[in-house]
Amino acid sequence: MDQRRLHELEEQCIQDCDPPCTSRCPVHVDVRQMCKEISAGDFKHALITFQKSVPFPEIIARTCDQPCQALCNREPLGGAIRMADLELACCQLGMEESLLSPVTGRKNALVSVIGGGLCGMTAAWELARKGYRVVLFDQAEQLGGQLWGLTDAQLPKEVILRESAKLKNKGIDLRLKTRVDLNAFDWAQYDAVLIATGVDQESVNWLEKNRQGNTVIDPVTFESGMSGVFCGGSLLHPPSTITSVADGKRTATSIDRYLQKVSLTASRSSEGTQDTRLYTNLAGVLPVFAVPPADALQGYTMEEAIAEASRCLVCECMECVKVCTYLSELGAYPRKYVRDIYNNLSIIMRQRRGNKFINSCTLCGLCGEVCPTDLNFAEVIVQARKTMVETKKMPISAHDFALRDMNFSNGPRFALTYPAPGEGKCDYLLFPGCQLAASNPEYISLIYDDLVRLVGNLGIMLRCCGAPAQWSGEETLFAESGAVIRSVWESLGKPKMILACSSCHQSLKQLIPGLETVSLWEMLLKNEALGTTRGGCTQEYKVHDPCTSRYEPDWQHYARAVIERLGVRYSELPMSRTLTECCGYGGVAWLANPDLVHKMIQRRINEDNANYITYCVMCRDLFVSEGKPTLHLLDFIYGRDISALAIRKPPDYSQRHENRIRVKQRMEKRLLVKGDWKMETYEKINLQLSSEMRDLLEARLILVEDLQKVIEHAEASGEFFFNKNNGHSIASFRPNLITYWVEYEKQENSYTVFDAYSHRMVVGGDTSI
Amino acid sequence: MTASEMNKNSTEWICGKCGEPLRLNKVNVSYLGSGYPVDLLTCPKCNRALVPPEMALGKMLEVERLLEDK
Ligand code: SF4
Ligand code: SF4
Ligand code: SF4
Repeated sequence: MDQRRLHELEEQCIQDCDPPCTSRCPVHVDVRQMCKEISAGDFKHALITFQKSVPFPEIIARTCDQPCQALCNREPLGGAIRMADLELACCQLGMEESLLSPVTGRKNALVSVIGGGLCGMTAAWELARKGYRVVLFDQAEQLGGQLWGLTDAQLPKEVILRESAKLKNKGIDLRLKTRVDLNAFDWAQYDAVLIATGVDQESVNWLEKNRQGNTVIDPVTFESGMSGVFCGGSLLHPPSTITSVADGKRTATSIDRYLQKVSLTASRSSEGTQDTRLYTNLAGVLPVFAVPPADALQGYTMEEAIAEASRCLVCECMECVKVCTYLSELGAYPRKYVRDIYNNLSIIMRQRRGNKFINSCTLCGLCGEVCPTDLNFAEVIVQARKTMVETKKMPISAHDFALRDMNFSNGPRFALTYPAPGEGKCDYLLFPGCQLAASNPEYISLIYDDLVRLVGNLGIMLRCCGAPAQWSGEETLFAESGAVIRSVWESLGKPKMILACSSCHQSLKQLIPGLETVSLWEMLLKNEALGTTRGGCTQEYKVHDPCTSRYEPDWQHYARAVIERLGVRYSELPMSRTLTECCGYGGVAWLANPDLVHKMIQRRINEDNANYITYCVMCRDLFVSEGKPTLHLLDFIYGRDISALAIRKPPDYSQRHENRIRVKQRMEKRLLVKGDWKMETYEKINLQLSSEMRDLLEARLILVEDLQKVIEHAEASGEFFFNKNNGHSIASFRPNLITYWVEYEKQENSYTVFDAYSHRMVVGGDTSI
Repeated sequence: MTASEMNKNSTEWICGKCGEPLRLNKVNVSYLGSGYPVDLLTCPKCNRALVPPEMALGKMLEVERLLEDK
């Protein structure tokens, strides 16, 4: 697979981006996590989360100017989350853990930090954690710098003492009451130096003198004009405690990189305050007002903190996962999956669930429609399937059944073109599709007759559009099937195609550039008699748009226009038109993951109590098979008993073949053309199948013709086993890559079938392999 | 009796071609280049084996999936 494209797609998913609060916070406090922990009453872990970003939590909790609030998604819905109050509650209610020890990898390099304010304290702390030897100078008697200028109400003095005491006994060489003269400083004694003196005229002058070019300080690394000398804190910006902490961390990173002799600038774009790309859907979120602490001096009680933290929306995207059963069942989101697929395909599919995962997407495209960045996961899946097919990693069993069905439809028992290529031209060509023929064989000739009256010079093409090949990642097969359709279409004089299935439309417009198409619905509207014979119906239906009509406003429009003309009352489902959901048939997911498809269908059919009306036979058949009364709009035109049709058990796979055969025979008769096929000998074998047996065959993907072939072979060759107690025979045959077994009893003119099953493994041969 | 109970009643099955009662025997089954031996009822004369449904839909299916995912 194209790795660059894959990487682009991975980047397109923004679910991993920080929420607005974290991205605006200069040290990226994991606000979501803290709020989750606090709302669960876990102040201890919330404090640990806080400390991961902030070494002096109580100072920050009491003094932070909360840039996290500026873009908080809660702001318009009750007020931004009061993070500083929550942080203070963590300091008071959670137990502080020392995150300093153990220090790993002690290093020899000696760093001097000049200035013991919040920036210098933070840098000294971070560097000591990394194992450096640190000397910290300050002219005052105590660490804390400008913090001492704050009122007691803002920051009690004992908090400064308590927090700064953490630096003592951590191997940091504290030189208090020591004024450093930068002009007389012994630079050579230290491997790196941080100047964090606050707004100190001497330091400002010194920096001015060491200016290089236009920049005093590198905006990314905070390195001064002098190599190995860095600056930070309120020397650089208006006083803000959280910004000073951020500077301390940034300069510590720079010094570490400088001393490790690696790039100072590489991949640092995510440090500091950021704009996030994260999108969070706020539809349906009710306002909840912020909880101020009842006692402003004491701060939050536990209950107040929990109430405030519970207002946090734990912002995330997940738009696609919310609407897709496939994605939600797997428990992650596209960014993670793209990674998985990327690894899976380049490293020989180590993951056991790889196949099933890749083959379970219905390719419906709803994810791309709801995604704020238009990431269509179907594109990823189609790519993955193609690559698997190309590299022979796609198991044949994955799509074999659907591809054989396609092969059947393109074979002599269904495929038909009229006029025969070379024997005439036509202005319009009806392409009803293989599934309409399979499901409602009696409709095809009726549609043909209605259309002939409208357009006169009408041809017909019976075959499969190739969608199963495309869905399976079988590009070559898809192109080959397209080439056949295209050459026939050209020989007929490039007629306009009348299509009855939006999946056919999707395939054919890709296969045949320049193809002009029109939906059957649009054509039917031209028939003035339409709707005049049937009275209005009382119940109201919900329209289900097939997922392949998602971006076909014409199809959506004309289908509704037909429904209206028929006098059928209808209204819309919340997820309709571009937001419609797949019925479960798309992408051949039903083969790979029938359980998942069952859940998809259930989700869709339970969205409304009304009966559904649709314009794709597969949607109708799948909904009905799960108990939802559903009609195709053609049922209202060509069907007899609407209420019976709405709950009709759909034909099984074998009956679908038989129905297609019937359509071809009927059309041959109707068009007076001679059949180009002959009946196979096995078709004459008469089977007795109970309805339970038919259901079993359906579930096991075995066709009646497979059974007929087994019995024909057994009876002709004598290769069967016989049970002398009950008179049953059991025999097998392998017509393709599957061995079919049938247990049966021979009757006078027929065979009663008791069991049928299949396997792919080959039996026999050398036992030592 | 159905085929699914056949292992317990091995003597009930005879080969339609050779007329011999089937006997349990080691038979190799293989898929996608991997193979292993299993016990199956076979005709002692022509060696053809009977795969019962619980083998096809159980063990064999499991192995097929495993090998396909490899
Ligand atoms: S609601 Fe919570 S996660 Fe969302 S921006 Fe506000 S604090 Fe951050
Ligand atoms: S294409 Fe459809 S089934 Fe596949 S991930 Fe997107 S929404 Fe889900
Ligand atoms: S909708 Fe899905 S794919 Fe798109 S950004 Fe959100 S989580 Fe990622």
